[in-house]
Amino acid sequence: MATLKVPVTPEDHIQGDPDAELTLLEYGDYECPHCGRAYGIVKQVQKHFGRRLRFVFRNFPLTQIHPHAQTAAETAEFAGAHGLFWEMHDLIFENQDRLGLPLLFALTEELGLDPQGLRDALTAGEFEPRVRRDFLSGVRSGVNGTPTFFVGEQRHDGPWELENLVTALEARRALV
Amino acid sequence: MILAFYPADWSPVCGDQMALYNEVLPEFQKHGAKLLGISVDGVWCHAAFAKDRRLRFPLLADFHPKGAVAQSYGAYRENDGYSERALFVIDKNGVIAWSYCSPVAVNPGADGILEALDELAPRAETSHR
Repeated sequence: MATLKVPVTPEDHIQGDPDAELTLLEYGDYECPHCGRAYGIVKQVQKHFGRRLRFVFRNFPLTQIHPHAQTAAETAEFAGAHGLFWEMHDLIFENQDRLGLPLLFALTEELGLDPQGLRDALTAGEFEPRVRRDFLSGVRSGVNGTPTFFVGEQRHDGPWELENLVTALEARRALV
Repeated sequence: MILAFYPADWSPVCGDQMALYNEVLPEFQKHGAKLLGISVDGVWCHAAFAKDRRLRFPLLADFHPKGAVAQSYGAYRENDGYSERALFVIDKNGVIAWSYCSPVAVNPGADGILEALDELAPRAETSHR
Protein backbone atom coordinates (compact mmCIF):
# COMPACT_ATOMS: atom_id res chain seq x y z
CA MET A 1 0.00 0.00 0.00
CA ALA A 2 1.36 3.38 -1.03
CA THR A 3 2.45 5.68 1.76
CA LEU A 4 3.45 9.32 1.94
CA LYS A 5 7.21 9.48 1.36
CA VAL A 6 7.66 13.17 2.10
CA PRO A 7 6.24 14.07 5.52
CA VAL A 8 4.20 17.21 6.11
CA THR A 9 6.40 20.12 7.17
CA PRO A 10 5.68 23.78 8.02
CA GLU A 11 6.64 24.57 4.41
CA ASP A 12 3.46 22.84 3.29
CA HIS A 13 0.18 24.65 2.86
CA ILE A 14 -1.70 23.61 5.96
CA GLN A 15 -5.25 24.65 6.75
CA GLY A 16 -6.44 24.24 10.32
CA ASP A 17 -4.50 23.52 13.49
CA PRO A 18 -0.96 22.43 12.48
CA ASP A 19 -0.93 20.10 15.50
CA ALA A 20 -4.35 18.57 14.82
CA GLU A 21 -4.65 14.84 15.51
CA LEU A 22 -5.88 14.05 11.98
CA THR A 23 -4.35 14.91 8.63
CA LEU A 24 -6.01 14.84 5.23
CA LEU A 25 -3.61 15.57 2.38
CA GLU A 26 -4.59 16.10 -1.23
CA TYR A 27 -2.44 16.05 -4.35
CA GLY A 28 -4.49 18.12 -6.75
CA ASP A 29 -4.61 19.88 -10.10
CA TYR A 30 -6.54 23.15 -10.45
CA GLU A 31 -7.78 22.25 -13.92
CA CYS A 32 -8.90 18.71 -13.10
CA PRO A 33 -12.70 18.59 -12.92
CA HIS A 34 -12.58 15.80 -10.34
CA CYS A 35 -10.45 18.03 -8.10
CA GLY A 36 -13.03 20.75 -8.63
CA ARG A 37 -15.67 18.42 -7.25
CA ALA A 38 -13.38 17.23 -4.46
CA TYR A 39 -12.93 20.86 -3.38
CA GLY A 40 -16.49 21.00 -2.04
CA ILE A 41 -16.21 17.59 -0.42
CA VAL A 42 -13.02 18.56 1.41
CA LYS A 43 -14.82 21.63 2.80
CA GLN A 44 -17.52 19.33 4.18
CA VAL A 45 -14.92 17.00 5.69
CA GLN A 46 -13.27 19.98 7.37
CA LYS A 47 -16.63 21.11 8.73
CA HIS A 48 -17.30 17.61 10.05
CA PHE A 49 -14.03 17.28 11.99
CA GLY A 50 -13.50 20.94 12.88
CA ARG A 51 -10.36 21.57 14.90
CA ARG A 52 -9.44 17.89 14.98
CA LEU A 53 -8.37 17.97 11.33
CA ARG A 54 -5.65 19.71 9.37
CA PHE A 55 -5.87 19.79 5.57
CA VAL A 56 -2.75 19.90 3.41
CA PHE A 57 -2.73 20.68 -0.31
CA ARG A 58 0.15 19.78 -2.63
CA ASN A 59 0.36 20.56 -6.34
CA PHE A 60 0.10 17.76 -8.86
CA PRO A 61 -0.50 19.48 -12.20
CA LEU A 62 -0.95 17.17 -15.19
CA THR A 63 0.42 19.74 -17.57
CA GLN A 64 0.14 17.81 -20.81
CA ILE A 65 -3.62 17.30 -20.56
CA HIS A 66 -4.36 20.48 -18.59
CA PRO A 67 -2.69 23.48 -20.23
CA HIS A 68 -3.59 25.92 -17.41
CA ALA A 69 -2.80 23.66 -14.45
CA GLN A 70 0.84 24.69 -14.04
CA THR A 71 0.10 28.42 -14.31
CA ALA A 72 -2.76 28.07 -11.83
CA ALA A 73 -0.50 26.23 -9.38
CA GLU A 74 2.20 28.90 -9.69
CA THR A 75 -0.43 31.62 -9.20
CA ALA A 76 -1.60 29.99 -5.97
CA GLU A 77 2.03 29.79 -4.82
CA PHE A 78 2.51 33.45 -5.74
CA ALA A 79 -0.47 34.33 -3.55
CA GLY A 80 0.96 32.02 -0.89
CA ALA A 81 4.18 34.03 -0.85
CA HIS A 82 1.95 36.95 0.19
CA GLY A 83 0.12 34.93 2.82
CA LEU A 84 -2.97 34.37 0.66
CA PHE A 85 -2.52 30.79 -0.56
CA TRP A 86 -5.87 29.44 0.64
CA GLU A 87 -7.77 32.50 -0.58
CA MET A 88 -6.38 31.97 -4.08
CA HIS A 89 -6.77 28.18 -3.87
CA ASP A 90 -10.47 28.57 -3.06
CA LEU A 91 -11.10 31.24 -5.69
CA ILE A 92 -9.48 29.18 -8.46
CA PHE A 93 -11.56 26.10 -7.68
CA GLU A 94 -14.74 28.17 -7.29
CA ASN A 95 -14.17 29.65 -10.76
CA GLN A 96 -12.64 26.55 -12.36
CA ASP A 97 -14.98 26.68 -15.37
CA ARG A 98 -13.34 29.97 -16.41
CA LEU A 99 -9.75 28.94 -15.68
CA GLY A 100 -7.18 30.74 -17.80
CA LEU A 101 -4.76 33.65 -17.59
CA PRO A 102 -7.48 36.36 -17.57
CA LEU A 103 -9.15 34.70 -14.58
CA LEU A 104 -5.86 34.25 -12.69
CA PHE A 105 -4.99 37.92 -13.14
CA ALA A 106 -8.50 39.01 -12.18
CA LEU A 107 -8.32 36.93 -8.98
CA THR A 108 -4.90 38.37 -8.21
CA GLU A 109 -6.37 41.86 -8.36
CA GLU A 110 -9.41 40.76 -6.37
CA LEU A 111 -7.09 39.68 -3.56
CA GLY A 112 -5.31 43.03 -3.66
CA LEU A 113 -2.08 41.59 -5.08
CA ASP A 114 0.04 43.15 -7.78
CA PRO A 115 -0.71 41.69 -11.25
CA GLN A 116 2.69 42.84 -12.48
CA GLY A 117 4.25 40.85 -9.64
CA LEU A 118 2.38 37.76 -10.84
CA ARG A 119 3.43 38.40 -14.44
CA ASP A 120 7.09 38.66 -13.36
CA ALA A 121 6.88 35.52 -11.20
CA LEU A 122 5.29 33.50 -14.01
CA THR A 123 7.80 34.73 -16.58
CA ALA A 124 10.75 33.99 -14.31
CA GLY A 125 9.29 30.64 -13.26
CA GLU A 126 9.80 31.74 -9.67
CA PHE A 127 7.45 29.14 -8.23
CA GLU A 128 8.08 26.40 -10.76
CA PRO A 129 10.59 24.52 -8.54
CA ARG A 130 8.13 24.52 -5.65
CA VAL A 131 5.35 23.09 -7.82
CA ARG A 132 7.73 20.50 -9.29
CA ARG A 133 8.89 19.51 -5.81
CA ASP A 134 5.29 18.90 -4.76
CA PHE A 135 4.70 16.90 -7.94
CA LEU A 136 7.76 14.70 -7.46
CA SER A 137 6.95 14.06 -3.81
CA GLY A 138 3.57 12.82 -5.05
CA VAL A 139 5.10 10.58 -7.70
CA ARG A 140 7.39 9.02 -5.09
CA SER A 141 4.42 8.49 -2.79
CA GLY A 142 2.42 6.59 -5.42
CA VAL A 143 0.08 9.36 -6.52
CA ASN A 144 -1.56 7.88 -9.61
CA GLY A 145 -3.99 10.56 -10.71
CA THR A 146 -5.84 13.55 -9.41
CA PRO A 147 -7.12 14.00 -6.86
CA THR A 148 -5.15 11.56 -4.71
CA PHE A 149 -5.80 11.75 -0.98
CA PHE A 150 -3.67 10.60 1.91
CA VAL A 151 -5.26 9.92 5.28
CA GLY A 152 -2.35 10.28 7.66
CA GLU A 153 0.47 8.58 5.77
CA GLN A 154 -1.73 6.11 3.90
CA ARG A 155 -2.92 6.63 0.35
CA HIS A 156 -6.69 6.59 0.25
CA ASP A 157 -7.77 4.28 -2.57
CA GLY A 158 -11.27 4.01 -3.91
CA PRO A 159 -14.10 6.54 -3.79
CA TRP A 160 -13.62 9.87 -2.02
CA GLU A 161 -17.16 10.95 -1.35
CA LEU A 162 -17.80 12.66 1.99
CA GLU A 163 -18.75 9.44 3.76
CA ASN A 164 -15.68 7.59 2.43
CA LEU A 165 -13.25 10.24 3.65
CA VAL A 166 -14.99 10.60 6.99
CA THR A 167 -14.92 6.83 7.51
CA ALA A 168 -11.23 6.63 6.57
CA LEU A 169 -10.35 9.47 8.93
CA GLU A 170 -12.42 7.98 11.78
CA ALA A 171 -10.67 4.64 11.26
CA ARG A 172 -7.35 6.41 11.38
CA ARG A 173 -8.35 8.15 14.60
CA ALA A 174 -9.18 4.82 16.18
CA LEU A 175 -5.62 3.72 15.45
CA VAL A 176 -3.92 6.80 16.90
CA MET B 1 13.90 0.48 -20.75
CA ILE B 2 10.50 0.64 -19.14
CA LEU B 3 7.79 -1.48 -20.73
CA ALA B 4 4.32 -0.57 -19.50
CA PHE B 5 1.49 -2.90 -20.50
CA TYR B 6 -1.96 -1.40 -20.02
CA PRO B 7 -5.41 -2.70 -20.94
CA ALA B 8 -6.63 -0.11 -23.42
CA ASP B 9 -6.43 3.40 -24.81
CA TRP B 10 -9.13 5.92 -23.89
CA SER B 11 -9.73 5.00 -20.28
CA PRO B 12 -12.24 7.53 -19.04
CA VAL B 13 -10.35 9.09 -16.13
CA CYS B 14 -8.11 12.11 -16.07
CA GLY B 15 -4.65 11.51 -14.91
CA ASP B 16 -4.77 7.96 -16.18
CA GLN B 17 -1.68 5.81 -16.19
CA MET B 18 -0.25 7.00 -19.52
CA ALA B 19 -0.98 10.66 -18.70
CA LEU B 20 0.88 10.23 -15.44
CA TYR B 21 3.90 8.64 -17.12
CA ASN B 22 3.85 11.43 -19.66
CA GLU B 23 4.36 13.90 -16.81
CA VAL B 24 7.00 11.81 -15.05
CA LEU B 25 8.89 11.18 -18.31
CA PRO B 26 11.70 13.69 -17.56
CA GLU B 27 12.45 11.76 -14.34
CA PHE B 28 12.65 8.47 -16.25
CA GLN B 29 14.97 10.14 -18.76
CA LYS B 30 17.24 11.41 -15.97
CA HIS B 31 17.84 7.75 -15.17
CA GLY B 32 18.66 7.10 -18.83
CA ALA B 33 15.49 5.08 -19.24
CA LYS B 34 13.20 4.97 -22.25
CA LEU B 35 9.50 4.35 -21.81
CA LEU B 36 7.30 2.28 -24.09
CA GLY B 37 3.56 1.89 -23.56
CA ILE B 38 1.96 -1.22 -25.02
CA SER B 39 -1.61 -2.42 -25.40
CA VAL B 40 -3.63 -4.52 -27.84
CA ASP B 41 -5.01 -1.38 -29.51
CA GLY B 42 -4.11 -0.89 -33.17
CA VAL B 43 -1.75 1.66 -34.64
CA TRP B 44 -4.41 4.21 -35.66
CA CYS B 45 -6.10 4.02 -32.31
CA HIS B 46 -2.76 4.62 -30.60
CA ALA B 47 -2.02 7.53 -32.93
CA ALA B 48 -5.31 9.25 -32.07
CA PHE B 49 -4.89 8.56 -28.36
CA ALA B 50 -1.29 9.78 -28.28
CA LYS B 51 -2.25 12.95 -30.12
CA ASP B 52 -5.21 13.65 -27.86
CA ARG B 53 -3.22 13.11 -24.67
CA ARG B 54 -0.06 14.75 -26.07
CA LEU B 55 1.98 11.68 -25.17
CA ARG B 56 5.72 12.20 -25.57
CA PHE B 57 6.70 8.54 -25.69
CA PRO B 58 5.91 5.72 -28.16
CA LEU B 59 2.98 3.34 -27.86
CA LEU B 60 3.42 -0.16 -29.24
CA ALA B 61 0.52 -2.03 -30.86
CA ASP B 62 0.35 -5.62 -29.61
CA PHE B 63 -2.39 -6.08 -32.20
CA HIS B 64 -1.42 -8.89 -34.56
CA PRO B 65 -1.13 -11.59 -33.52
CA LYS B 66 -3.21 -10.10 -30.77
CA GLY B 67 -1.54 -9.96 -27.38
CA ALA B 68 1.49 -12.02 -28.46
CA VAL B 69 3.96 -9.73 -26.70
CA ALA B 70 1.85 -9.62 -23.55
CA GLN B 71 1.62 -13.41 -23.61
CA SER B 72 5.38 -13.75 -23.87
CA TYR B 73 5.70 -11.61 -20.74
CA GLY B 74 2.99 -13.57 -18.95
CA ALA B 75 0.87 -10.44 -18.86
CA TYR B 76 -2.11 -11.37 -21.03
CA ARG B 77 -5.65 -11.75 -19.73
CA GLU B 78 -6.91 -14.48 -22.02
CA ASN B 79 -10.55 -14.22 -20.93
CA ASP B 80 -10.68 -10.46 -21.31
CA GLY B 81 -8.64 -10.14 -24.50
CA TYR B 82 -6.34 -7.46 -23.19
CA SER B 83 -3.18 -7.23 -21.14
CA GLU B 84 -2.65 -6.76 -17.43
CA ARG B 85 -1.42 -3.49 -16.00
CA ALA B 86 2.07 -4.91 -15.85
CA LEU B 87 5.31 -2.98 -15.58
CA PHE B 88 8.77 -4.19 -16.53
CA VAL B 89 12.10 -2.45 -16.08
CA ILE B 90 14.66 -3.99 -18.40
CA ASP B 91 18.35 -3.32 -17.91
CA LYS B 92 21.06 -2.65 -20.51
CA ASN B 93 21.72 -6.37 -20.94
CA GLY B 94 18.10 -7.07 -21.76
CA VAL B 95 17.42 -8.67 -18.40
CA ILE B 96 14.19 -7.91 -16.54
CA ALA B 97 15.42 -6.13 -13.42
CA TRP B 98 12.01 -5.42 -11.90
CA SER B 99 8.39 -6.15 -12.64
CA TYR B 100 5.05 -5.44 -11.09
CA CYS B 101 1.54 -6.53 -11.94
CA SER B 102 -1.15 -4.23 -10.62
CA PRO B 103 -4.80 -5.18 -10.14
CA VAL B 104 -6.31 -4.27 -13.50
CA ALA B 105 -8.53 -1.53 -12.06
CA VAL B 106 -5.70 0.12 -10.11
CA ASN B 107 -3.32 2.56 -11.74
CA PRO B 108 0.04 1.47 -10.31
CA GLY B 109 1.58 4.94 -10.30
CA ALA B 110 5.25 5.55 -11.00
CA ASP B 111 6.88 5.14 -7.58
CA GLY B 112 7.81 1.48 -8.13
CA ILE B 113 9.44 2.23 -11.48
CA LEU B 114 11.52 5.07 -10.04
CA GLU B 115 12.65 2.93 -7.12
CA ALA B 116 13.68 0.19 -9.53
CA LEU B 117 15.63 2.71 -11.63
CA ASP B 118 17.30 4.07 -8.48
CA GLU B 119 18.45 0.57 -7.64
CA LEU B 120 19.74 -0.09 -11.14
CA ALA B 121 21.81 3.08 -11.37
CA PRO B 122 24.60 2.23 -8.91
CA ARG B 123 24.75 -1.35 -10.17
CA ALA B 124 25.11 -0.22 -13.77
CA GLU B 125 27.99 2.06 -12.76
CA THR B 126 29.74 -0.69 -10.87
CA SER B 127 29.58 -3.08 -13.77
CA HIS B 128 31.35 -0.52 -15.97
CA ARG B 129 34.42 -0.41 -13.75
